[in-house]
Amino acid sequence: MPSLMDTAPPGGTAVGANPKNLPDPASVQIVPARHYARWAAAVAVVVLLAQFAHGLATNPVWEWGVFGEYVLSETIVDAVWVTLQLTAYATVLGFLLGTVLAFMRLSRSPVLQSVAWTYIWIFRSIPMIVQLVFWFNLSALYEELGVGIPFGPVFWSVDSNSLIGTIGAAIIGLTLHQAAYAAEIVRGGVLSVDHGQFEAAAALGIPRLRQIRRIVLPQAMRAILPTAGNEIIGLLKGTSVVYVMAIGELFYQVQVVYGRTGRVIPLLLVATAWYVVLTSVLSVAQYYVERHYARGANRTPPPTPLQRVRRFCTPAHLPAKSPGDTR
Amino acid sequence: MSDVMVDVHGVHKNFGPLEVLRGVDLQVHAGEVTVILGPSGSGKSTLLRTINHLEKVNRGWISIDGELIGYRRAGDKLHELKEKDVLRQRTHIGFVFQNFNLFPHLTVLENLVESPVSALRRPRKEAEDTARRLLDRVGLADKTDAYPRQLSGGQQQRVAIARALALSPKVLLFDEPTSALDPELVGEVLDVIKDLARSGTTMVVVTHEIGFAREVADTVVFMDDGVVVEQGPPAAVLDDPRHERTRAFLSKVL
Ligand SMILES: Nc1ncnc2c1ncn2[C@@H]1O[C@H](COP(=O)(O)OP(=O)(O)OP(=O)(O)O)[C@@H](O)[C@H]1O
Ligand SMILES: [Mg+2]
Repeated sequence: MPSLMDTAPPGGTAVGANPKNLPDPASVQIVPARHYARWAAAVAVVVLLAQFAHGLATNPVWEWGVFGEYVLSETIVDAVWVTLQLTAYATVLGFLLGTVLAFMRLSRSPVLQSVAWTYIWIFRSIPMIVQLVFWFNLSALYEELGVGIPFGPVFWSVDSNSLIGTIGAAIIGLTLHQAAYAAEIVRGGVLSVDHGQFEAAAALGIPRLRQIRRIVLPQAMRAILPTAGNEIIGLLKGTSVVYVMAIGELFYQVQVVYGRTGRVIPLLLVATAWYVVLTSVLSVAQYYVERHYARGANRTPPPTPLQRVRRFCTPAHLPAKSPGDTR
Repeated sequence: MSDVMVDVHGVHKNFGPLEVLRGVDLQVHAGEVTVILGPSGSGKSTLLRTINHLEKVNRGWISIDGELIGYRRAGDKLHELKEKDVLRQRTHIGFVFQNFNLFPHLTVLENLVESPVSALRRPRKEAEDTARRLLDRVGLADKTDAYPRQLSGGQQQRVAIARALALSPKVLLFDEPTSALDPELVGEVLDVIKDLARSGTTMVVVTHEIGFAREVADTVVFMDDGVVVEQGPPAAVLDDPRHERTRAFLSKVL
């Protein structure tokens, strides 16, 4: 307590009040604490991992030869391409529709609010697989899709199955499903933006759409991206359900191959490997997109992984570059 | 006497059952500085926000340079304007917030350029030149590429003032521009406002800085409980108030 130390006689026993007991700070050597239990745990985990890796490499059930044969084969690579396309379309279209729905829910019009709310309610209630099968069978319900006056005459129409096609039906199903979730993610992001930002934009007379695009959404992105990243990765793997529609995406194609050859385990490994690779790419992309939208959020932006590595390799007493220099 | 720039006429405003403005009349002449004083909750911010239509009035009207704000008159009816037209009207009215409200994801320069380019459709090059000139005027020529969060509070508020000026507004409204600042940063912001006052910018300033009011104001307005209690030159209102409520308020803050 400072009040006691103030009154203590010079050279008293209060801790810190007598620097004479301590050596010169320049020559002091600091000995870090030793964490024996932590080391033991680390050794145990490493041994277990090594055992697992050894089993993976040497146990014949994995049939790595078969894996190698198929992982880059044309059938599989084509299937990966289909998976990527389904993911890309459903992400872009789903988030576009979701953003529209989010702003409908945030609008002042009770009609738009209720429509958006109902959409989200319904499409979050239907399991994706049910919806996909539903769209697949659409032509059984509406044999023709037409353009005309509502409840009135039809000017133009097509056979709905030929218009949509199986891939189209899958994209529609994934998109409509994704949009319901995206709407809530975008709405959460918009709600996280400080109210003063809306007022400042309004007070400056910035046109409404421009306010949303230039002021609100970029700031909302900070809250949107982590959840959106989850959603997109979920969607990438979620596309595997469309195997029920006999679309040649990754999981369907893998099943076709092992149905033919009986090599179930190595082909499931092929699918796993591809899903891991694609997810990793998405995760890295997410990191950089998040970084982009974080500009201005902190006084000093955090270092990039490269800068972090460089700093780690530079001796601590020689600071390479202050973080402020990075811009 | 110079032209009336801001004309507030019999304005009433209530939030639900709470009557916050109870018939406010106020005239601000072109090139003059009006300082509004008053206790907390007296309706100063609300009045300022009705002037640029961030709040709608329940009764009465406001005009700027002869143009009705938020409404269009046809015969003896007032028609509410569409949002687009209100936004256009706001480009004539600069507003400086207590919490600055700079756009944190845009650089200082982009903060200043955004509204002239998108709302007034000025060419970007021209808007940038104006922005640099204004930043120089508020003493921040070296901060064009900084992000707002890299600036001190006083610097942020000076950027906010420059941002409001970038639209060359007819009148500037300040809502307690120095209340969010540390005491040692208040001076630099007040200096900028004083400089604007000298150059003949029409301003309405809500503040608790009595010294500033005495030095800069052409008119001091004292508000209490949703009405203007008294107004006049600073010497009259601050040194020789006629109303008991003004005297009571001044004795507390001086
Ligand atoms: N949106 C709102 N809804 C309900 N009440 C409100 C709203 N805005 C303001 N008020 C009320 O109106 C009254 C006047 O508020 P106002 O902000 O205008 O006061 P002020 O004079 O600016 O006070 P201060 O000096 O503290 O800023 C207060 O009682 C406040 O609670
Ligand atoms: Mg206020």
